[in-house]
Formats: sequence, structure tokens, C-alpha cells
Amino acid sequence: MGLTLPEAPGATVSSMSPNWMTTRVDAVINWGRANSLWPMPFGTACCAIEFMASAAARFDLSRFGMERMSFSPRQADLLICAGRLPFKLAPVIRKIWDQMPQPKWAISMGACASTGGIFDTYAMVQGIDTIIPVDVYVPGCPPRPEGLIYGITMLQKKVRGETLFDWNLRDERPLGPEGLFLPAPRIDEISEPFGNSVHQTRSA
Amino acid sequence: MAPRTIEMQLQTPGLDAQGRVQMSPLGLQRIDRTADDLHAEHMLVNIGPQHPATHGVLRLVVELDGERVIRVIPHIGYLHSGFEKLGEYRHYNQIVPLTDRTDYLSPMANNVCLAMAAEKLMGIEITERCTVLRVIACEMSRIISHLVWLGTTGIDLGAMTPFLWSFQQRERIYNLQESWTGARLTTSLTRVGGLMADIPDSFEAGLRDFCRTFPKTLDEVDTMFTRNAIWAGRTQGVGVLTREEAINFSLSGPMLRASGVEWDLRKDKPYLGYQDYDFDVPVGEHGDIYDRYRIRLEEMYQSTRILEQALDKLAKLKGAPINVSDPRVILPPKSRAMSDMEAMIFHFKQVMEGVSAPAGEAYLGIENPKGELGYYFVSDGTAKPVRWRIRPPSLINLAALPKMCEGALLSDVIAINASVDIVMGEIDR
Amino acid sequence: MSPAPDVPALRAKFGTAVTRHAVIAGDDIVWIAADRAREALAWLKAEGYGYLVDITAVEYRDPELPLEVVWMLRDLGTARDLRVKVALDPKAPLAVDSVVDLWRGADWLEREVYDMFGVTFRGHPDLRRLLMWETYHEGHPLRKGFPLRGHFSRAEQTRQALAANPEAHYSMEELSIAEAYDDLPQEMRERLARGERGNV
Repeated sequence: MGLTLPEAPGATVSSMSPNWMTTRVDAVINWGRANSLWPMPFGTACCAIEFMASAAARFDLSRFGMERMSFSPRQADLLICAGRLPFKLAPVIRKIWDQMPQPKWAISMGACASTGGIFDTYAMVQGIDTIIPVDVYVPGCPPRPEGLIYGITMLQKKVRGETLFDWNLRDERPLGPEGLFLPAPRIDEISEPFGNSVHQTRSA
Repeated sequence: MAPRTIEMQLQTPGLDAQGRVQMSPLGLQRIDRTADDLHAEHMLVNIGPQHPATHGVLRLVVELDGERVIRVIPHIGYLHSGFEKLGEYRHYNQIVPLTDRTDYLSPMANNVCLAMAAEKLMGIEITERCTVLRVIACEMSRIISHLVWLGTTGIDLGAMTPFLWSFQQRERIYNLQESWTGARLTTSLTRVGGLMADIPDSFEAGLRDFCRTFPKTLDEVDTMFTRNAIWAGRTQGVGVLTREEAINFSLSGPMLRASGVEWDLRKDKPYLGYQDYDFDVPVGEHGDIYDRYRIRLEEMYQSTRILEQALDKLAKLKGAPINVSDPRVILPPKSRAMSDMEAMIFHFKQVMEGVSAPAGEAYLGIENPKGELGYYFVSDGTAKPVRWRIRPPSLINLAALPKMCEGALLSDVIAINASVDIVMGEIDR
Repeated sequence: MSPAPDVPALRAKFGTAVTRHAVIAGDDIVWIAADRAREALAWLKAEGYGYLVDITAVEYRDPELPLEVVWMLRDLGTARDLRVKVALDPKAPLAVDSVVDLWRGADWLEREVYDMFGVTFRGHPDLRRLLMWETYHEGHPLRKGFPLRGHFSRAEQTRQALAANPEAHYSMEELSIAEAYDDLPQEMRERLARGERGNV
């Protein structure tokens, strides 16, 4: 992990220009990847219960090839962070993410994983995208299983749009010098309290 | 085997309020290894916090001698969200959505407990129809919580199918919850002095149908597990807690009753009119996992019984109000708030300032599926509590895990952890 | 079986140590002087209150009011509850005696009060943070002086959280496993015996 991204705008992107061969290869590879995403359910709270309901008989993730939940990150493609992420759990999800081999994607399921949700408190990470890169955000508290499945189909569409021949596509953004995934001012900026999230009344 | 060299950093576990390092003398226990011919090391194995069988983000550090457990040390706090602190910044009705998310397997029961605790603090008496509807909410929550327990414990012990059965039945309750409150899981059903809404017309028929057919699923589960040699072999005699230990550990709910203590808040400190319902409370005698399984299974049958009786009572209360008629506590109907000045002022005051509680405090414990859930409110006369304490049954039940796992095998640790029926949202809050 | 003692019996036994009694919302609450709290709780347990419901603490918004540590006791036989409170000065170091040897359920409850309020429970076998991580030094979250979003900025909190590797922190209990103990350097063993736990 930790290949550097070409930062300069004029830097060459080392990939082959797309042609008939690359598009066919991409179509096959991406078809395989999209239809057999093995999720790593990083289920923490209520969203995990709706995730379990999605996997159960009524909504059935098996139709998407996702019934094989991989609790070992080393065998998983897709990290689904289902539930709120407190600061105590932050190094754990970072470690799990680092342990997942490429190609890997992340779905942030629920309001708490996406932005901190109703928990604008001392203990809650205000969105897992401050710690790991997220591909799809599924809003809801908790999102209905149909909502999660919509997010999964959105991710499948994203996967199908990728190309194997862009060498830099799967590069990881390395942790910065302070061990942070995003620069500190950016984290503060996106964690600003939204409106009256602390006091929740207009009078106080 | 030569002892290995270890380099460890000692991190400080505790600072006092002034930031000084805490000093407390430690009694270090040496384990006598002379009887151990192989001089094998004891392994420290880390289970969790991300693990399929820990039922949430629980971390267990297990000291093993081969397959046998010497000690289990649970670490919690991986889902600590600051609920109690958040409650101090919210009006009492604004705390209701927070309660959905503590024990998210039985959200309606938490909602009911919160409303009852706030009503105890404020001295409000709810209407009869509201009482019956709250009983329905509590018993539906008991069923869905025990169904999750059943499914996940089955998976932990290797049985995949009951998970699918139980989640299919849960979907039927979720349909009812959704038709009543609009949400499957985060219901936010109650308000101080009443409920968010009355049940829709289709609800009674749906619930009666559920009560008619649900016991058949329970019979199937019973056939599958109760006299199953594998199930009995893995659960009988495992994770035993005696009666005295159970009381000393402050256990509650099925954990307490499995050890032979006849204590159920619905019978011993009745609330919501439970004394008028005809139901039994199963009590075990061995205090092992098997007894806890039998108790939870039987509680689901009994909950179905209570639901049928509640529906009968409800039929006699057609058209009765669900909210108290005090306009300072309950929002007036929107049509009146838009047309009548007095109603508009009441609406304004409640939304902008919240409903104030008198200075004082109140603790209310109810029989949640997991044990005794208690909410303790301390008020200083304003609309936001000074302190909101959640007495989490799962936390107190989990604290007995090290005792239950003494001398067990590693696979028993998973089974015992499953039998405690924990939900980390409640433990960590 | 004789019923658990009521408040007049408690007053008769402990006299002026029972500083106040109130019945609020139908519950009995007694305030006991801090130095005799453990004795009173032990007596209450011996006399029938064998079940501990909860231990918590309350800090009021008014800084003049004391910080109270609350024990909720119950007699299962008669289904009678009693709430015992000790008032502490919120500006002074907070400490009460532990009751873990009376009710084992008090173990984690006291650790949580320590974590959230900073109340030291004298005699607790392993008083360390329960909900926050071991090296958390932003403060004690449920104190009124602690803001809802914490003292530090979000970036700083994230930085500290990511640096706190959860598996590196073993409790004293885990370190006391004999094998590890033998291999510790001598001065570390001496420090452990004295109860010191190293630097932050």
C-alpha cells in the first residue's frame, strides 16, 4: 500500500489507451467482480441488523452473489461499514481496510457511517470517509434493505465502469505524515456541526 | 520450551480528574505451573472487536491453556456514542429517537421505558388505550429480540437455517411496526404522555394473523433444537451460574431466571397493567445455556399469549384516546394548532421550549427482553434532563462472562457469549 | 423472612451519617455521609438488600450543588427499592469506597463511573477506563465542564484515536499472567508491584 498518486496536473497517466481488446477484457473482469462482491460486514450498530435482514430470506443478497460474507478481510472485496463508528473503533476499521487486498471497495451504510449521523459527540467519528476511502454512501437511519441494495447496484455500476488498464486506479492514498487519511483542516471542515446538531432547538 | 522474551510497553490505564496517574496496589497472581509437564505457554488470543460471533463490537482476550480457557477478559466501549451526554442536550421527547438506537433489537420497548420514566418524573397518568398499546409494543419487541437471539445463537453453534426462519418472522413484525410508526427499526413510538400515533386499521388483523401462525415456527424451532443431541451437548452444563452468583452479579432477565431466581419485573413490580394479563414466566434451574434457550423460547410463546389478550382488550377500547388530554404535554392536533390561538401557543411552547419536568428524579425499570432496562432521569426543573442514565441489562449480564467461562473450552466461550444475549449499542451507549 | 430495613431503621443505626431522606416520585432516597457510605451499604446488604440495581453519578448544572454518587439497591424478596446517595464536592478530587466485594456486579459499574466522571473507587481491584480507550486523556466525558463535542478538534481526536492501537493495551490482569511476568525486566516488576502504570 502507499504508491504515490501523480499529483501534478500534467503528469502522465500510465495506462493503455482503450481499444477493442481492453474493453472486452474489462467487460469480462468487471462482470466477474461486480457480480461476486464478497462483502466484509463491518457491522457495528442498528444498520448491521438491517444488513442482516438484507442478507436474509426476504431481500436476499444472494441474488447479487454476496451471500458469502467474508469476516476475514483478507478474502473480502467490499467493506460495508454498517453502523456508527466511534473513535475507539477507528484504528480497527483502518487496520481492517489495510488488511483487505486490492481490488477493494467500501460502502458507508447509514447516516452515522457517512457523516456521524445524530451523534455529533465527543466519541463519534463524523463519517468514515475521514479514515478510509468510501465509494458509495447509503443514507438512512437505518437505510431500508431496498436502499442498501440500491447502493450495492450503484457500486456494481461503478465497478463495471472501471478499467483494468489504468495502473493508478487502484492506488491507495497513503496516510499523511500525522497518520491521518485526510489533511487535518479538511477533517475539521467536514466535521463542522450542522446547524443545530448540538442543541437541537432553535431557542437554545 | 524456553520462556520467550517479551518487550511490552506499559500504557497507563487511568488518570484521575487532575490528570495524575492512578496508583492502586495490584495483587498479582502467579499460576502454579509445576503440575504442567509440557511447560506449555498459555496463549493470549484476541477475539474481536471485528468478529462474526461476538454479536457486535466486543473484544475478548482469552488466556488459553491449549483449548481450555483459563481466563476471559472482555473489553467494551467500541460502540460508545455518548448517548447519556447527548440526552442532556435534548428535550424528553427528543430523547425518544435516541432510545431506538441503544437496544436496536427491541426498539419499541426502549421507547416505552423512556416515556414511562419521563411520565413517572412528571407525574403523568396515561390513558387506558395507551397502556394496552404499549403492552403490545413491549411484547412485539420481546419477540423480535428473542428471534435475533435465536438466529444468531444458532449460527454461532453451527445451525444456519433457524437464522433464516427467525428473520422471516421478524419481517412480519417489521411490517406491523412499519405500518404503525413508519419505520421498521427506529420506531420512536412513544411520546411523553402518549404515543406518536394510533394503530392503523390493518394492524389488528395483521397482528392476530401473526399470533395465530407464529407458534408454528416456534414449534419447528423446538423440534429442531430442544431434543437435538448436538444442541444439548453443546449447551447443557455449559456456562453455569448458581443462584447466589446470579444475584450477586446483578443479572436480570432470562439470565437471572435461568439460574433459578424467580424474578420478573412484569410480575414482581407490575407496570402497564401486566397484573391483569394471564401469562407464565419460565424459570430454569441449572443456570446453563440450555436453560436460557428454553426460557427464551417459552417467553416467545407467552408473549404471543399476552398479545392476543391485549388485542381483546383493545377491541373494547375502540375510539378511546391514546394521549393524555393535557395540552401542555401533548401537541394539539395540527388542524387545531392552525386555527385556534390557544392551541397554537401550546404547540409553539412545546416545540420551542420542550415540556419541563419538575425538579427531582425518577428511576424506572422494565422487563426488557435482555433484562431490566432502567432509565434514571434527574431534572432541575427545565425541559432537558440534568442526567439521563441508562441502566443497561446487557452490560451487567456481560460482566459475568469471565465467571461463566472459567474452565470452559474455547468453543464454549462463543456459546456462552451468545447465551448472554448482548447488544453492544446498549452496553456501550 | 424479615423485610429489608426501611429508612427509619437506617437512621436508627447510623444516626447523623444519614444526612437527608426524601421520597421523590414514590422512591425512597437517602443521602449518607461519604466516610460512612461503605459501612452503611454493607449493613443494608446484610440486612436484606442483596441485589444491586445500578451505580451511577450525577453532576448538576448548578456548580454549587454537589456531585452525587448513586447506588440503587433492591430487596428481591419484598421488591423494595432504595436509593443511596453520597454528595461529593465537584471541585475536589472525587473518591468513594468500592463495594465490589459486596456485590460483584459493581465491578464494571464503578469502572464506568470512573471513566465518565473521574470518581475513584478506593479498593477496586482494577480501576481503569471501561468505555473510552485506556490512554484517552481528553477528560471525563459526563462532567458538566466537558463539552458535548469534546475539548479537542475533530482532526486531533481522529489523530489520537488512530494512534491508540487497541491491541497494544493490555490490562494489568492480562499482564499478570505468570509467563509474561517472569519475563518482565526487574524494574518493571517492581513498578507493577508498587502499582505504577507507566507514563501517558
